Amino acid sequence: MHEDNKIILKVEEIYKRYREEEVLRGISFEVRKSETKVIIGPSGSGKSTLLRCINQLTIPDKGRVWLEGEEVTHTKENINKFRQKMGMVFQDFNLFDHLNALRNVEIGLIRVKGMGKDIAREKAMEELKQVGLEKQAYLYPAQLSGGQKQRVSIARALAMDPSVMLFDEPTSALDPELIGEVLEVIKKLAINGMTMVVVTHEMGFARSVANEVIFIESGRIIDQGSPYKLFTNPEHERTKKFLYKITELYGKSGEGNE
Amino acid sequence: MSDLYFIRDIILPPLLEGTLVTVKLIVLSIPLGLILGILIAVGRVYGNKFISSLCTIYTLFFRGTPLLVQLFIIYYALPSIGIFFSPFMAAVIGFILCSGAYHSEYIRGAIQSIKIGQMMAAEALGMSRIKAVLYIILPQALRRAIPGCSNEIIYLIKYSSLAFMVTCVELTGAGKIVATRFFKYTEVFLVVGIIYLLVVSVVTKFLNILEKKLRIPGLE
Repeated sequence: MHEDNKIILKVEEIYKRYREEEVLRGISFEVRKSETKVIIGPSGSGKSTLLRCINQLTIPDKGRVWLEGEEVTHTKENINKFRQKMGMVFQDFNLFDHLNALRNVEIGLIRVKGMGKDIAREKAMEELKQVGLEKQAYLYPAQLSGGQKQRVSIARALAMDPSVMLFDEPTSALDPELIGEVLEVIKKLAINGMTMVVVTHEMGFARSVANEVIFIESGRIIDQGSPYKLFTNPEHERTKKFLYKITELYGKSGEGNE
Repeated sequence: MSDLYFIRDIILPPLLEGTLVTVKLIVLSIPLGLILGILIAVGRVYGNKFISSLCTIYTLFFRGTPLLVQLFIIYYALPSIGIFFSPFMAAVIGFILCSGAYHSEYIRGAIQSIKIGQMMAAEALGMSRIKAVLYIILPQALRRAIPGCSNEIIYLIKYSSLAFMVTCVELTGAGKIVATRFFKYTEVFLVVGIIYLLVVSVVTKFLNILEKKLRIPGLE
């Protein structure tokens, strides 16, 4: 359905090694406009490192990344130009603790985009509304629940008008009863056509929003395909094993669709 | 009763003049020392190898030698290579350089206590390193450094008495002169002590208010 759409993000043969350990061993994939890629895999398989290699928070040893046709790696241009267009949401939120929710969202607009304070404030408020937190705008991170914090951090990333959103296990640090509100927000983004790469253990979520699921183990792509194919008929024994384990742990595809 | 008059009319005026010099010394040294401390701390944590080791050596030198020796070097030794300072300026420079070294250690500790994720999130937004330090790291780190830096500021108020050793007549120096002239050590240094206590109390109160005012809601 998205076949005609242009490629937003292209990742080619990414390698990363920390001392003895080879974390990523040649990962390649493409994300087209409005596509949602879900990356799954056991912990320590290099998923988070992969996301960080995309926006160069971690510099890969080898391999290239393109954003909308422009090379992000080996570029003479300022990396910050690209990072603005790649919204990132972290597992443990990383909200700026000294700023209230509203200022967390507007600081990028003011300090990075150079927007005027009033316009930035208006836009930040709009983004908070989108994630249902306009009432909490003046609360500080320490006064918010985990789910609210993660929604603020999504709003903060969205405010920059990114071409792609990178989610690094956005619900893994949340209490179970708070996961739903965050997934709801991400789902809404998918429906509205945001281009996204989501690392997650939420199989129900993967099933319902992913255009493609990529299974990574030991730094390699083991399996990839539509959620239907991957979850009902995985090609590889390792994918089966992983899915079996994860189902035991998290219950069967949480949300009961399909 | 005549003792009280003696204190009020004879001892107090020169002591108050000395106090004024002390206040001038610390009003200049405190903020400039803090700024220097911030620069050194940031240089040590975020600077390249060269800047970082330069800052380390700086801290080592100024924490590793007595302030009095530093003042003697600035006031008595530097003129031999053609650099002259007034007693007051020599003292201010010495205090700034010394307190900067101590502040930098409190601030460095505070910077390093900020979770790595804060910097990562700032960079992920497209902020440059410098902006991230300025708008994200330092506002948090400086808050955490307030108790330590307060300590250093209070020390500074008291070690400002060393200015007298380079002939800058501040509170302690004025006390010494008056006490010697009238041979009234007890009375004079009692008053000198009370004045220091008052100055320190006022500054402490101010620092406490500042700390409370800057407290981040929801955090301890």
